[in-house]
Amino acid sequence: MTAIFRILLFFTMLFPVATQAIAGSAHDADAKDVDVKKIIFEHVKDSYSWHITTLGDKHISIDLPIILYSPRTGWTTFFSSVFHHDEEYMGFHIAKSGNNEGKIIEYDANGNEIRPTIDISITKTVLAVILNAILLVIIVLCVARWYRLKGTSLEAPKGFVGAFEMLVDMVVYDIAKPNIGKNYTKYVPYLLTAFFFIFLSNLMGLLPIFPGGSNVTGNIAVTMALAICTFIAVNLFGNREYWKEIFWPDVPVWLKVPVPLMPFIELFGLFVKPFALMIRLFANILAGHTVVLAFISIIFITMTVSTIIGSAMTVVSVLFTIFINFLELLVAFIQAFVFTMLSSVFIGLSQPEHHSEHK
Amino acid sequence: MSFLLPDAGLLFWMLIVFGVVFFILAKYGFPVIIDMIDERKKLIDESVQNAKEANEKLAAINAESEAILRNAHEEQAKILREAANTRDELIKEARKKAEFEGEKMLAETRHIIEMEKEDAIRDIRRQVAILSVDIAEKILRRELSSETKQHSVIEELIDEDIAIKS
Repeated sequence: MTAIFRILLFFTMLFPVATQAIAGSAHDADAKDVDVKKIIFEHVKDSYSWHITTLGDKHISIDLPIILYSPRTGWTTFFSSVFHHDEEYMGFHIAKSGNNEGKIIEYDANGNEIRPTIDISITKTVLAVILNAILLVIIVLCVARWYRLKGTSLEAPKGFVGAFEMLVDMVVYDIAKPNIGKNYTKYVPYLLTAFFFIFLSNLMGLLPIFPGGSNVTGNIAVTMALAICTFIAVNLFGNREYWKEIFWPDVPVWLKVPVPLMPFIELFGLFVKPFALMIRLFANILAGHTVVLAFISIIFITMTVSTIIGSAMTVVSVLFTIFINFLELLVAFIQAFVFTMLSSVFIGLSQPEHHSEHK
Repeated sequence: MSFLLPDAGLLFWMLIVFGVVFFILAKYGFPVIIDMIDERKKLIDESVQNAKEANEKLAAINAESEAILRNAHEEQAKILREAANTRDELIKEARKKAEFEGEKMLAETRHIIEMEKEDAIRDIRRQVAILSVDIAEKILRRELSSETKQHSVIEELIDEDIAIKS
């Protein structure tokens, strides 16, 4: 343990030197000002290219395809590398500020800034989603292969497969079964997919460099898609009892007629539940990424003030970052767990037992 | 605050990718794993059940064997008791028989002795009779050597006879 600590300390001591070099090269033109907000937003927001690192003056990034539909040009596809040198391509720009900051815009006839009608570019987050998805499929199919080959002997797996089985077992028998009830098997594949997708994305987000490091589950569109899936799972197979409780709940009649107060509240709750899922996951992961970046940024900020303070702060902020990273490891699991748990609770609520018959 | 607004393109791709992942995993991934886990669970449950049953059976067999052993002990004790009784009876009977036989033999012996005695006595009597007859003959010869003497004896005897008859 002390050996690890010493190695850690050694690297944290090296850090000021390295960071000073990077900070110096990146911001030599500026008056050594570090725009923390910009750094953090650039990371947590989506972008049209995946910026990996900067060596000297050279930006190392992955250029990604941009797919647009605009009435002016029709379907247009090009690589984001066109924006490296020119600011404009076929009338498309990347907005520098305003509401559409960082997004592709064009100008209409009156010179107003508008978004293309459809923008389904493979952005950084889309690429990260695809990579995570491929990784997840590979992992799960490999584990399934193990079961297909060796599982017939019904011996318990060890190592990675064993750990994977533990998680599957947890989702099926500790989350799905107790919360959903007797029809739980129908929902198990969805809950497992959601759990492992979120967990894997969270973990990949903790890796500092490509192919990790992207803010996937901290992006509201991603969590919205997941919440929509849960919404569908909850409402598609809801039984009669469930819909009756929404539109004609068991409350005094004056709460339902003439003003449908309770039905309105119930209907509202229908959308609030997935909305809460969306916001919870998004906010937790976004906050984790932001805190880590903020701690790292402290190094750069203090370094502009004084090298000595900067060096001292480096040790502190690296230790804090390590601590936060461990915390995020926990959060990565907890948020995946909570999302799956609440999804199955909502699904369970959509399949009430016929308790009103007993009254 | 633009990161609070979901981007339509990203939402579109996310739904597609997630849908595809869900489809693949729901078809080829998770069912295999869950089936195997369930099967193993079933196997374990069955094994536990079997073990329990085997234990119960073993306990039953143990109880049975103990019962058999106890019965055997009882039987043994009973047989021993009976044997002892039989022995005692046999001994008693044998003793009785022996006594009886002994008595019988004694009686026979006594009888034989008696008979022998009687025989002997008879023999002696005969001998004595013969002797006495001889002696009487000799005496008579001597006594009755004269006519007078013979007459006196006859008279004497007649007197005696008359005396007995009267």
